[in-house]
Amino acid sequence: MANLTLIQAVNDGLRTVMKADDSVVVFGEDVGPKGGVFLATEGLTADFGESRCFDTPLSEDGIIGTAVGMAMNGLRPVAEIQFQDFIFPAFDQIVSEAAKLRYRSGGQYTAPMVIRTPYGGGIRGGLYHSQSGEAYFAHTAGLKVVIPSTPHDAKGLLIASIQDPDPVLFMEPKALYRSVKGEVPEGEYTVDLSTLRTVREGGDVTIYCYGAMVPVVERAAAQAAEQRGIDCLVVDLRTLMPLDEEGVLEAAKQTGRVVVVHEAPRFCGYGAEISALIAEHCIEYMEAPVRRVTGFDTPFPNTLEHHYLPDDRRVLDAIESVYDF
Amino acid sequence: MASALQILAPDGSVVGEPPGLSDEELRGLFVHMLQIRCMDGRMLKLQRAGRIGFVGTATGLEATLVGAAAPLRREDWLWSGLREGGAAVMRGLPLAEYVAQMYCNANDTAKGRQMCNHFQHKGTNYPSWSSVIGTQITHGVGAAFASMRRGEDTVHAIHFGDGATSSNGFHSGLNFAGVWKVPAVFVCTDNGWAISVASSAQTAASSFAAKAPAYGFPGIEVDGNDVLACQSAMSDAIERARRGEGPTMVVLKTYRMLGHSSSDDPTKYRADEEVEAWAKRDPIARYERFLTDRGVISKGERADLEAQLLVEIDAVIHEQEAAPPMALKTLVEDVYAEVPYHLRREYNDFIAVAEKLGHAQPGDGAFPL
Repeated sequence: MANLTLIQAVNDGLRTVMKADDSVVVFGEDVGPKGGVFLATEGLTADFGESRCFDTPLSEDGIIGTAVGMAMNGLRPVAEIQFQDFIFPAFDQIVSEAAKLRYRSGGQYTAPMVIRTPYGGGIRGGLYHSQSGEAYFAHTAGLKVVIPSTPHDAKGLLIASIQDPDPVLFMEPKALYRSVKGEVPEGEYTVDLSTLRTVREGGDVTIYCYGAMVPVVERAAAQAAEQRGIDCLVVDLRTLMPLDEEGVLEAAKQTGRVVVVHEAPRFCGYGAEISALIAEHCIEYMEAPVRRVTGFDTPFPNTLEHHYLPDDRRVLDAIESVYDF
Repeated sequence: MASALQILAPDGSVVGEPPGLSDEELRGLFVHMLQIRCMDGRMLKLQRAGRIGFVGTATGLEATLVGAAAPLRREDWLWSGLREGGAAVMRGLPLAEYVAQMYCNANDTAKGRQMCNHFQHKGTNYPSWSSVIGTQITHGVGAAFASMRRGEDTVHAIHFGDGATSSNGFHSGLNFAGVWKVPAVFVCTDNGWAISVASSAQTAASSFAAKAPAYGFPGIEVDGNDVLACQSAMSDAIERARRGEGPTMVVLKTYRMLGHSSSDDPTKYRADEEVEAWAKRDPIARYERFLTDRGVISKGERADLEAQLLVEIDAVIHEQEAAPPMALKTLVEDVYAEVPYHLRREYNDFIAVAEKLGHAQPGDGAFPL
């Protein structure tokens, strides 16, 4: 066991898979000798050579399009999009090509590949270094969307994603890159995709969250327990698509009171799906309306980002409102 | 087209250096060209009869398909656009699979997921295109990178049309290919029209081929109605790529004689005189004259060959008319390697209704949850 930050765990995960499987190649903008703008790929070119970890020309469309071709012809590409905000030039390649290839070819051709990308706010990055675009991608059949929140999960989910037979968008909460540390097993292990993680047990209010919102929700849940004696069941979804629906519904039934937290905008956001699932499948268990705590339906701000992002006070307010309903 | 490579003049006379092909090989090219035209004719009839939904023909483009694909080995890849199906058949796509794809029926290897004219053939490394213009270009480049990295001498022929030269994929693909020096040949079939937009309206560059040097490799123009010129230029470019000397862009200048598709009326946007002028450059007639002069085929043999080809095509059509119904389960299969929980539930909800209405077939049964 090593005590690693989340970004060190990502680096460790990449190294582990690259050692085990020669077909894994890591590429993107500045990922080579520099090691990426956040240093997720630090040392990989030095240790594995330029044929395994390399820089590409500056074109997200080119990075993902060539990754699809590599995956179709026997490689396991792990492509980095430097910031999730820059992914949209490659949107077509992700949603129309990688995600649909298995289906449209009747299973004759597939694109087993991983797109790693840092997402989310909290670093004073303004509109174009802060977005949380998971809902665009979770809406896409054929794509898997994974978001870790701990170093342990970051490594285990990344290895599982690279070994997965389908394309995976692996969104890394950049606000947590160096702010969380945890025990990470050495060598290869996987965390199963499409399984949620129970962060905290509790019987009063269920809170669903993922990525950078997990520590925020944990703080709010601790305050709710301390100040009001409210026991929150905190669920880290970890894989947004395909979702562990049975686990989600089970968690909702346990308390009958639900809060969903994400930093992405609210309208048609991921919280809407959770809310609708609960309404469709276990409304009879509900004691209160579902509350969503989210970013605003605006572009991502810069100076006021700490007001845009859900914080423990807003989450606590939502917990109390569903508890007191 | 003075600068374009030409071996046969429109009257069939030899004006360049013919490739060193045997009489049998020369004849083979002719039969494949005829086959494409025969298939187009039959598919259009089926479309008019309402048996299939859509046809994107290659009439007028036969030399580009046959000439460009002829020098490829079986293990080489051909990345296709709308009109390369005839090349796939020539390389080994069974005619039955071609027709099944046009019917989008249960025999279609893509399980009827795509509309007509989206052929694939895994056995000869021929993936289908998506319909989004230019997206296959970067796929071909990435796949060529994979071949190169494994040390294989496989070559990737990446086909697209004049319209695709304006796409993101064209720029990204050619740029990455030049930087990585991958074993690829970019085959731009300039057929004059991207649906209703003339190829002259796609760029202010002096030619499409002129773009290649900006990416660090050569581009050449070829008379796309001259099958021998297409074969010769492609053979050189493919061998260059195989030797590890990097990509080439080959622009095959030709003309789409019919509409963009069976849903398009080209008389709305182009002049009859233009079409008539190109009819005089017909690639099959030109090559027929050359072969006749050379004694490879006899006068009147074309009609016999066409009759034979049509018998074969009609037999396959007859077979495909009798395809079994598509299994409803294919609605949710192949989205992921395994059918996930939410799709099993969606399907089960659907099949319960289908069974009630009597629409379900044996074998359509629900998924376990």
